[in-house]
Amino acid sequence: MSELKINQNGQLTSLDTVDGEIATLNLGPTHPATHGIFQNILKVDGERIISAEPTVGYIHRAFEKLAERRPYQQVTPITDRLNYCSSPINNMGWHMTVEKLIGAEIPKRVDYMRVIVMELARIADHLVCNSVIGVDTGALTGFTYVFQEREKIYDLFEEICGARLTTNVGRIGGFDRDFSPVFLQKLDKFLKEFHIIFDDFTNLLERNRIFMDRVIGAGPITGERALSYGFTGPNLRAAGVDYDVRVINPYCSYQDFEFDVPIGKDGDTYDRFLVRQEEIRQSLRIIHQAKDNIPAGNYHGDVPSFFLPPKEEVYRSMEALIYHFKITMGETPIPAGEVYHSVEGANGELGYYLVSDGGRTPYRLHFRRPCFIYYQAYPEMIKGSVLSDAILTMSSMNVIAGELDA
Amino acid sequence: MENSTLQDITSSIESKFPDCTISTDNYGMTNIVCSRESIIDLVGHLKDDLGFGFLTDICGAHYPLIENQEFQVVYHLHNLYKNIRLRLKVNLATVDLAIPTMVALFPAANWMERETFDFYGIQFEGHPDLRRILNMDDMDYHPLRKEYALEDETRSDKKDSFFGR
Repeated sequence: MSELKINQNGQLTSLDTVDGEIATLNLGPTHPATHGIFQNILKVDGERIISAEPTVGYIHRAFEKLAERRPYQQVTPITDRLNYCSSPINNMGWHMTVEKLIGAEIPKRVDYMRVIVMELARIADHLVCNSVIGVDTGALTGFTYVFQEREKIYDLFEEICGARLTTNVGRIGGFDRDFSPVFLQKLDKFLKEFHIIFDDFTNLLERNRIFMDRVIGAGPITGERALSYGFTGPNLRAAGVDYDVRVINPYCSYQDFEFDVPIGKDGDTYDRFLVRQEEIRQSLRIIHQAKDNIPAGNYHGDVPSFFLPPKEEVYRSMEALIYHFKITMGETPIPAGEVYHSVEGANGELGYYLVSDGGRTPYRLHFRRPCFIYYQAYPEMIKGSVLSDAILTMSSMNVIAGELDA
Repeated sequence: MENSTLQDITSSIESKFPDCTISTDNYGMTNIVCSRESIIDLVGHLKDDLGFGFLTDICGAHYPLIENQEFQVVYHLHNLYKNIRLRLKVNLATVDLAIPTMVALFPAANWMERETFDFYGIQFEGHPDLRRILNMDDMDYHPLRKEYALEDETRSDKKDSFFGR
């Protein structure tokens, strides 16, 4: 694919150049094909890309600074807005970071509930990414199929926490309420029906000759390069490296579940697509196991200094009132120390580096955003390819502007 | 050396880099504080000989009350073979915020260092393209430093001293 040469004037041109003239093309900041706000200044010779210059930061919202002024429970809503396609994973990653800092013991039931919600979020995220790869190749049909299913996942989130996209789900210590019977009913229905639509989607694209011709070999990266660029998640696994935080550093009782980690070979768009497809199936497997084996117990841990007491208690009991006041005013004791905790987000290793000085807010909070780190490999991946492949590469890397810019 | 344990790793570092301070925190993470002169050699040694081939993260931190060590650059490295994480720290004084770049060892460091420069003004020497990345180019300060309060400084209802601290 990458047929570039240097001509007699020392300029980089492509082999099939017409007149050797280099044009500059602005892909973005707002462009329907980038699915988010970021700019790429491309130098193109006809259809061939000679170089790319990404510019990010268009929706930078200073989350790390904001977090330094917010009590711990108030940081959760800003994590929603990182990778907004799978907010629950961000929320729970943050809660687990704080729980690690304060050394809270969390009941097994909470772990299983979290796993169910996080895997639903992963499915929703991968559905968006994979169906959009289809859209970018011109196959709109699959997108319309699975977006209905994504809506059903959002209905499930709504049943758990009342919100759909920016969920703010759960609390430090567990959940604000138990799963309702309606939720479990809806979950059963979803699990029964999802695979029918998903199989249709799979049949439309996975072994479709036209689709395969279009995506095989588009935007490849080797496993070695991917590692040195800090790739994680499906993009790294598509390049053949089996690194998955859920397996290597199991959090949230992931060691209890049986699932496979799919890996690809070439790290191209097709491999990334296939890895995400398989991860959706594995997530379903995990949800089935978690739902069937969910242990009895409390839906939150015993952390009175962080978990708000029930409202009726606040009106009746002195102790509950005190805790309610202390939590909402950010007056709870917090140990000084630093922790790094990471979860397997839908795009890769989502890390939280938290420094606490014992104050009411984090002293320093840094988000390791997988998108931000792997997007810098984009110019290298599309160099020498045609413009339409560059669009495909971007959508298959699943670059989410919110996570990119924090 | 890919079969080395944490013990072997720390003793190897202790013998090769005597100026590093190694400690384990309450959360089981090994912290290594080293000087900026030895950071590149240390990371090179960790990467080439001890299997730490994955750079998880680089970020900065500002501790204005610690004299001559106001700034800190924090590196997280990961040995994927043995699943060992390390946290390296380099302390810098406000008057001289230069530190060698890591880009030659890990291309991933490029944007992470740009981000650290953007927010803290750490000067990564030898970086191929040290520009702001998230903030706009004509900004003339580094916003994550502690001297830039997020809210109006006359506001007193959120002062820690009113909350028993």
